[in-house]
Amino acid sequence: MRRTGSQIIWESMVREGVEVVFGYPGGAIMPAYDALLDYPVHHVLVRHEENAAFAADGYARASGKVGVCIATSGPGATNLVTGLAGAMLDSVPVVAITGQVSSHLVGTDAFQETDVTGVTLTITKHNYLVTDVKDLPQIMKEAFHIARTGRPGPVLVDICKDVQFASTDFDYDAIEVKLPGYRPSLRGKETQIQAAAEMINAARRPIILAGHGVILSDAHDELRTFAENGNIPVSTTLLGIGGLPESHPLNLRMMGMHGEAYVNQAVQAADLLIAVGMRFDDRVTGTLSTYAQNAQVIHIEIDPAEINKIVKVDLGIVGDAKQVLSQLIPLVEYNERAPWFNQIDEWRGDSSEHDILGSNDSGTLHVPYVISQIRQSTLNSNTTVVSDVGQHQMWAAQYFRHYQKNRFFTSGGLGAMGYGLPAAMGAAFARPDDEIWVIVGDGGFQMSIPELMTINQERLPIKIAVMRNGYLGMVRQWQELMHGKRYSEVDITSPDLVKLAEAYGIMGLRAERKEHVAEVIEEARSHPGPTLIDFVVEQEVNVYPMVGPGKALHEMMRRPLENARHLNATG
Amino acid sequence: MAMIDRNKAGKETRRVLITLVENKPGVLTRVASLFRRRNFNIESLTVGHTDSPDVSRMTIVVDATRTNAEMVQRNLLKMVNVIDVQDVSHAPAVFRDLALIKVKADNQARFEIMQLVNVYRARVVDICADSLIVEVTGPEVKINSLVEMLTPYGIIEMVRTGLVAMVRGSGHASASAQVDWENGEAYENGYEEEEAEVAAPTLLRM
Repeated sequence: MRRTGSQIIWESMVREGVEVVFGYPGGAIMPAYDALLDYPVHHVLVRHEENAAFAADGYARASGKVGVCIATSGPGATNLVTGLAGAMLDSVPVVAITGQVSSHLVGTDAFQETDVTGVTLTITKHNYLVTDVKDLPQIMKEAFHIARTGRPGPVLVDICKDVQFASTDFDYDAIEVKLPGYRPSLRGKETQIQAAAEMINAARRPIILAGHGVILSDAHDELRTFAENGNIPVSTTLLGIGGLPESHPLNLRMMGMHGEAYVNQAVQAADLLIAVGMRFDDRVTGTLSTYAQNAQVIHIEIDPAEINKIVKVDLGIVGDAKQVLSQLIPLVEYNERAPWFNQIDEWRGDSSEHDILGSNDSGTLHVPYVISQIRQSTLNSNTTVVSDVGQHQMWAAQYFRHYQKNRFFTSGGLGAMGYGLPAAMGAAFARPDDEIWVIVGDGGFQMSIPELMTINQERLPIKIAVMRNGYLGMVRQWQELMHGKRYSEVDITSPDLVKLAEAYGIMGLRAERKEHVAEVIEEARSHPGPTLIDFVVEQEVNVYPMVGPGKALHEMMRRPLENARHLNATG
Repeated sequence: MAMIDRNKAGKETRRVLITLVENKPGVLTRVASLFRRRNFNIESLTVGHTDSPDVSRMTIVVDATRTNAEMVQRNLLKMVNVIDVQDVSHAPAVFRDLALIKVKADNQARFEIMQLVNVYRARVVDICADSLIVEVTGPEVKINSLVEMLTPYGIIEMVRTGLVAMVRGSGHASASAQVDWENGEAYENGYEEEEAEVAAPTLLRM
């Protein structure tokens, strides 16, 4: 059957199971927007294209499907860039559709022309410029295939305006994906599986390092069985949170720069690291020359280019986390490892003394307290937490304990402020039955304010917890600790957030003291629509533990004990 | 970005990667951009047609003292348009480079240069009153050697194509490519010394 390029865009999406897209129209994508009226795809009109990319990212993480964003040429497309870079670093399947000037104008610096495939060359898994409508059906199918298979990632399809108008034969089922150079390996090689099992069974102090790959390949059950069968403790990366329930006795929780001290000590003392779907980010390793010096390393990773990139491994297994773990499970032997667990417990012993939740009974708020209270309140509901970037992000990772799988989304690799609110919009579409909480600072929130209107327009019942300390907190912390407390451009003021929320038609609440926190959280939760809570928190609180730049993983700064008053922890 | 230098000590300094790519617009940009993005140093990159109109062939020479060839190979293979990458550094293969060298040549020098050119099985492809152009094909060492011999006469300009390579025998680059990720120690196949690393005098007998 004959279809125009514009029809092919939407028909391909419908065939790929796309139900919602996030976008913003403009000149070069107008034919596609005209055709949109005839297709059962819900288009969410964001207020800035960057947020369309973030929302597509949040939607993809929450749904396990490909997230889609759409924008016009030039400024529309360049505004997607930050979101695509984030999806690239965090391996999130996103397809971005951009309009491009007509093919005869490409290269002439025409109005709103930008070389978007050039701009996004290294921040997409792959990209396409479509100058002939006959190529479009094939490219649409390939784009979705590439985005969601192997190591997922963003794929951009830049479609000339004349291509959107032109017609061609279209039969989506008949299209074969022909990618001779794209063959992700999913199964681990048997010889390597055997070798890995031998190393694991011989190890006395093993530790599993679980990353985003566990979640992306839906390997939660396999990870759990693998860890239980071998009786091996598990630590997660920031994006690996939720790969194993944080109530599980083997889950030591997060490692790295702001990981628990005992977790980092365990990594440093381990004799075997079993890395699964993670990439040894510098936030995870600290200084490489001192990283896990006593350990052999097994690296299970779908992307061969990650193996030996940062940490020299003893055994690299290229494959999908779910498959490789399934292959390993029957070969792993149970081991008591009593000395190893005793040692970890000993390190863990003083954790609560250093915990800020055991200090500060003055009644003023700090973020860990607020997050713990949200966790307490939402224990019995399905709650998805989306955090922005900064101090509150680390506290969200530390204090919001995730007992269900894959319910914490954040901009990990890129660390893009402004991610939280739009990503939560995406998550809200993917999980209409979940309670969606956004944890965001006053800096990142002010990057996202326009989307309050999108949230209102779409009636998304998102609960927005703004942690307002009047500082760009993480930068301030670094200036305090690394730059002799010379504060440079970290004061940030905010408008009256309650009035602001109300102006956008969103319920606004405020809490300034501990005794109000539980009350406002309950009020927000019982309100059926979107709610913003302005939490006025202490200005200068630091995230601990912290591995400073250039330090080894075990050389952590802890919260000074003299500040902790040994009250019973409430979290 | 901090990357551990994992070059295996000494041994070889040059790695040759035959790379088959889809013959599509922008693929060369993607490959070149990869080297920049990952901070890889390469010595040469040649690209041209193959027997298949859908496939182009690149020969990439990596300076292994500065760049981990294994990581180059893995990152190349990761690209959607890259069909296959074969490290032929240790394979029995034919390595060729072509050079055009314009040399100053008066009446007396011309005779000497032409004798030299004969010994190297090179060819003179242009002559004028005070210069000539030599065309030479062969392994890099042979060309280097000729360049050295011609330098005293005065080289006016020179162009080299960069290395191209083909494995000996009836195998095909894509068919014989073995992607073996095991231990990151692939391609240690114990091939014998390749001819390009043999000293120049041997080459003259070719």
